[in-house]
Amino acid sequence: MSGETTRRGRRHFNPDRDVDQWHGKYLPYDLPKEFAIALLAVVILVVGLAVVLSSPDERPVTVKSWSTADPMDFAQTAITELDGTSGTATYGPPYNDVKGSSQSIGPFSPESWAGVHHPIDTAQDYVLGPLQTLPDDPAVAAAVKAYTSASPAQKATWTAAYEKAIASPSATFTDGALRIPPRGVGPVAPIISGLTDMARSGALDGALLSSHQFYGTDYTKPLLFIADGAYLENLATNQNLGGSQWGMMNETGNYPGQAWLWLYTLWYQVPPMNTSASGDLQVWALMMILTLGLALLPFIPGLRSIPRWSRVYRLIWRQHYRDLAE
Amino acid sequence: MTVDTHTGASPVDPSADRPEDADQWSARLRRTAVEALPPQKLLPDRQPAYVASWIYVFGVLTLAALVVVIATGCVLAIFGPTWWHVSTVGLFVNSLHLWSVEVFFFCMVIHLWGKFFMAAWRGRRRATWITGVVCFVVSVGAAFTGYLSQQNFDSQWISTQAKDGINSTGAGAVFNVTNFGQMIMWHIMLLPLCIVVLVGIHVLLVRLRGVVPPFAPPGDSPGGISENDAGHLVGATGRATATDTNPGAVRPDAGTVS
Repeated sequence: MSGETTRRGRRHFNPDRDVDQWHGKYLPYDLPKEFAIALLAVVILVVGLAVVLSSPDERPVTVKSWSTADPMDFAQTAITELDGTSGTATYGPPYNDVKGSSQSIGPFSPESWAGVHHPIDTAQDYVLGPLQTLPDDPAVAAAVKAYTSASPAQKATWTAAYEKAIASPSATFTDGALRIPPRGVGPVAPIISGLTDMARSGALDGALLSSHQFYGTDYTKPLLFIADGAYLENLATNQNLGGSQWGMMNETGNYPGQAWLWLYTLWYQVPPMNTSASGDLQVWALMMILTLGLALLPFIPGLRSIPRWSRVYRLIWRQHYRDLAE
Repeated sequence: MTVDTHTGASPVDPSADRPEDADQWSARLRRTAVEALPPQKLLPDRQPAYVASWIYVFGVLTLAALVVVIATGCVLAIFGPTWWHVSTVGLFVNSLHLWSVEVFFFCMVIHLWGKFFMAAWRGRRRATWITGVVCFVVSVGAAFTGYLSQQNFDSQWISTQAKDGINSTGAGAVFNVTNFGQMIMWHIMLLPLCIVVLVGIHVLLVRLRGVVPPFAPPGDSPGGISENDAGHLVGATGRATATDTNPGAVRPDAGTVS
């Protein structure tokens, strides 16, 4: 240990750990009055800002608004939910058990250790399940029955054909209906068309809620479904909220957002985090280390000397040092 | 002995220690609390002359902003999460809440940097620094869950973006950022409670240890308070004194709520 002296149990004075005892003057200082003035100042400032700038409240995206504004994107997303290739379907824990999908740093993979806690089967929860709740649509019911009773290979053939069809230039949404080249898509066409109709009617929003009780507050399933599409991201990018636009710390409109997340967001802009498949875990690991370092700064030799070396303290206590010099 | 005719109680000074109560928990707790933070140290009317900089104001401004954050949050809680979306008055209260949070963080960050450049952990003030940093981190969580609880486009976008980071740590198993009900409970109950308790501890530690004194000018021989291996303060001679072990015992030099 540096600074050890011969005397047992005593260490040398360390200017970055210890203080000089104050023998100087004491002056009147009225803390409650200072607090009252500070409170008044904050109230005036906050009221002024609220009156002049208000606060943003952009309406949320619903499955209905999404499928109405961009039915092609909705249909393209729906087919990936059905064939298990969407972002949510391939996510892994905590939504589903997909091998190799969890983020990791070497053998450290807390995501996979924690396991599945909010299970989502995208084909059943987002497509087939909601369609099975429709009471009066025999064509859709027959299509769902045909699809669910088919072999996995047959399902894969149909969905692959549909993915190709919906991506083709001739696929359109006109006169309130999806129109795609019908080759080899089997019952998938009426399934996706039925789901699109259901979404545009607003019925799918309620059907996607995790809780089927009267009261529900968990929007995990509809949110992840909406986020799988391109529509939400396009809206966010137009508002400068994209991941490469430091989106996490911004908010809609010209508001400061969570500016205190600047460091967290910064790491997402630089390599290797901005390209790594485990970028999130790397950023969090880095931030945890930095936060721990900040909290334990008083114990870290070198780092705890920066304030003394920087001499910024002479600006803070300039009157004190001026008095000492006189 | 005279007896209070209204309550039947004896007019005995309740704070007076009696020998037979020496081991009583109440008496011991009171004695410990008063010894650690006597009234003149808890609320001093004098400060060392070096407490003369605008930087000290930002601690108390942070506290004032926190009061406004909590007050406006309480009004939003009274009327429920939908109110501010459909009412002009509600939108105004939400705006007050938003801007008080912005002012709170602005002041807190300046306060933090100020304390960093003062090396305010010196002289057994490490716990004060640590609780301050933890307050900042928990406040970030409180603000974050507030953004998730807005029930608007920002909530949707932030939650769907943030889930990947939270999930990567494994925390997503229990802390589901896309669950509105869970997030609003964290935002209005758990995290504010943590912040109020932590800020209370932080301020009490500031009162207990006082405002950190300036660095000695370069070339001055140190003659101040250091620590032995047991963490006890010792003077330049190495002897612990009453003044050394309790710097506020002689003069009310405890610091501002900064």
